[in-house]
Amino acid sequence: MRRRPTFLLSVLAFGFAFFYVPILSMVVYSFNASRLATVWGGFSTKWYGALFANKQVGEALLLSLKIAVVSSTIATILGTLAGIALVRFTKFRGRTLFSGLVTAPLIMPEVITGVSALIFFLLLASWIGWPVQRGFTTITLAHITFSMVFVTTIVQARLLQSDRAIEEAAMDLGSRPWQVLWDITLPVISPAILSGWLLAFTISLDDVVITSFTTGPGSTTLPLLIWSKVKLGVTPDINALATLMVLCVGIGVIIAGVVMNRAEARRLADERLAYRSQA
Amino acid sequence: MAEFLQIEGVSKSFGPFQAVRDVTLSVAQGEIFSLLGGSGCGKTTLLRMLAGFEEPTSGRIFLDGRDMAGVPPWSRPVHMMFQSYALFPHMTVEANIGYGLKHETLSKTQRAERVREMLDLVQLTPFAARKPHQISGGQRQRVALARALARQPKLLLLDEPLAALDKKLREHTQFELMSIQARTGVTFIVVTHDQEEAMTLSDRIAVMDRGQVQQIGSPTEIYEYPVNRFVASFIGSITSFEAEVMARDGGALRLKVPAFGGEVTTKDANFAPGSKVTLALRPEKLVITKERPSGNAVQGVVKDLAYFGKDSLYRITLASGALVQAHAVNQHRGTETQRVADWDDQVWLSFDPAAAIVLGA
Repeated sequence: MRRRPTFLLSVLAFGFAFFYVPILSMVVYSFNASRLATVWGGFSTKWYGALFANKQVGEALLLSLKIAVVSSTIATILGTLAGIALVRFTKFRGRTLFSGLVTAPLIMPEVITGVSALIFFLLLASWIGWPVQRGFTTITLAHITFSMVFVTTIVQARLLQSDRAIEEAAMDLGSRPWQVLWDITLPVISPAILSGWLLAFTISLDDVVITSFTTGPGSTTLPLLIWSKVKLGVTPDINALATLMVLCVGIGVIIAGVVMNRAEARRLADERLAYRSQA
Repeated sequence: MAEFLQIEGVSKSFGPFQAVRDVTLSVAQGEIFSLLGGSGCGKTTLLRMLAGFEEPTSGRIFLDGRDMAGVPPWSRPVHMMFQSYALFPHMTVEANIGYGLKHETLSKTQRAERVREMLDLVQLTPFAARKPHQISGGQRQRVALARALARQPKLLLLDEPLAALDKKLREHTQFELMSIQARTGVTFIVVTHDQEEAMTLSDRIAVMDRGQVQQIGSPTEIYEYPVNRFVASFIGSITSFEAEVMARDGGALRLKVPAFGGEVTTKDANFAPGSKVTLALRPEKLVITKERPSGNAVQGVVKDLAYFGKDSLYRITLASGALVQAHAVNQHRGTETQRVADWDDQVWLSFDPAAAIVLGA
């Protein structure tokens, strides 16, 4: 008879419990009728109602989304260009310095990035009178600077994998370098650009540290709002908000899974098609 | 008369490394010309200079009388078929073939017509709407060829065109390439490391080694009359022996071959008596017999034997210890006991004086 690997199974169970019990309890307590976060007072959906009635939360969410969309889009454009420059132009003056400067935010402690951005904006305000007030623009600029590197890294990795010859082939067939970039390079690396954008978007959306340094009065993003609310004690409406976010992420993961499964099935079908047409 | 393609004293260095050294050659219009050599011999660098991806460090390239110096790849009437085929993965077969045509002043219908012609030429019309990863390797190769031919280049460069195909498909594709070349009349320059491929495809071959052209000639010239030991051993198999010229008598040389323990007669080689030379013998030029024949002959023992069906390869050890390879066609049907010679048999190897290659040591 085979021995059950009891020890291994219990370690696995403990690990999963450690990850998911907190989230599960949060979901359960979001339906708590009691005001106290730790005492069960019966089932209720009133905190969801309270959440939707709360204009502050809606505004914060909207601001967060706006910042995330703008900053990740600009970061993607700049990051993609930097990635292409680093992979395709192996010899230019100051390439090592450029490469170092581009990747530095990756290892820089967020607090340092945040403080230095704040000091920079303050100095700038005293020299040229801008920014008068910190808010959407300053947060967005700060987010661009630290999320660009993620796009660059992903694009760089994709470009290193791709066959240089396809760009040469386009050039050989009469296209000038800019046209090759537009016709061939960008479409081929578009999945990498998209994942870079998504990563930059996500990072921007949940950033607390850098945002808290570069924000100003009236510009509260969702993570900042949650942070400030929790400081006054965890209320069930935060649980409700967090539950909704878990739901969004969960749906996103399921959609991604389905899309990936389909892509894999299509790839297999294409392979069979290629094999059959060999005759 | 100026040749169609003229390469004059072209060299290319990458830092301290000289990839191509002082190459001079010319190619006639409509020719299939091969650059043959091992990896790192400079053949691909030379091809890339013709395409415009590299500029020569020195020397000049003329195409149809025009100096190609400083002409970028996108303005050259030269197209290339890449070793990896380099098909655009996000475009259909049709779009791949039509890509280069958007740089020409063609109407939409003319463009579609040209793409249709090309699809027809490479027999891929049913696959026009497929993407490159939905077709087989051989079909991808044909898409690459059609794409390079679509703009009707003056010169087509083919980088190891058959290397990625399996053996059976390769043979078939070889003939297809030749027939397409004949139909379009485009000058082909083929880079290859495969001597058989070069021999069957080409009108002429340039054998390259360490950045230099060793010999230029027709496949027969290169095989039967190699100019040096590198060419002799790179093309086909060969066994070489040190030898010394004893006497020259009209068109014949008497050579003393220490490995044979005697002298042999060879023809038409211009070496003075006393000079050290190399005697090179191709396996199929040697005749294996049990009895001693007249003329050039040496005795040995069959050490190894490989039966290929149509012929057999014998490895024969001479009394001096030297190893010689000889081929024998299995002309008669029979079992193991009936062949020319068997393991450990004493045999005589003989060859015609005209069949031996004599090279400078």
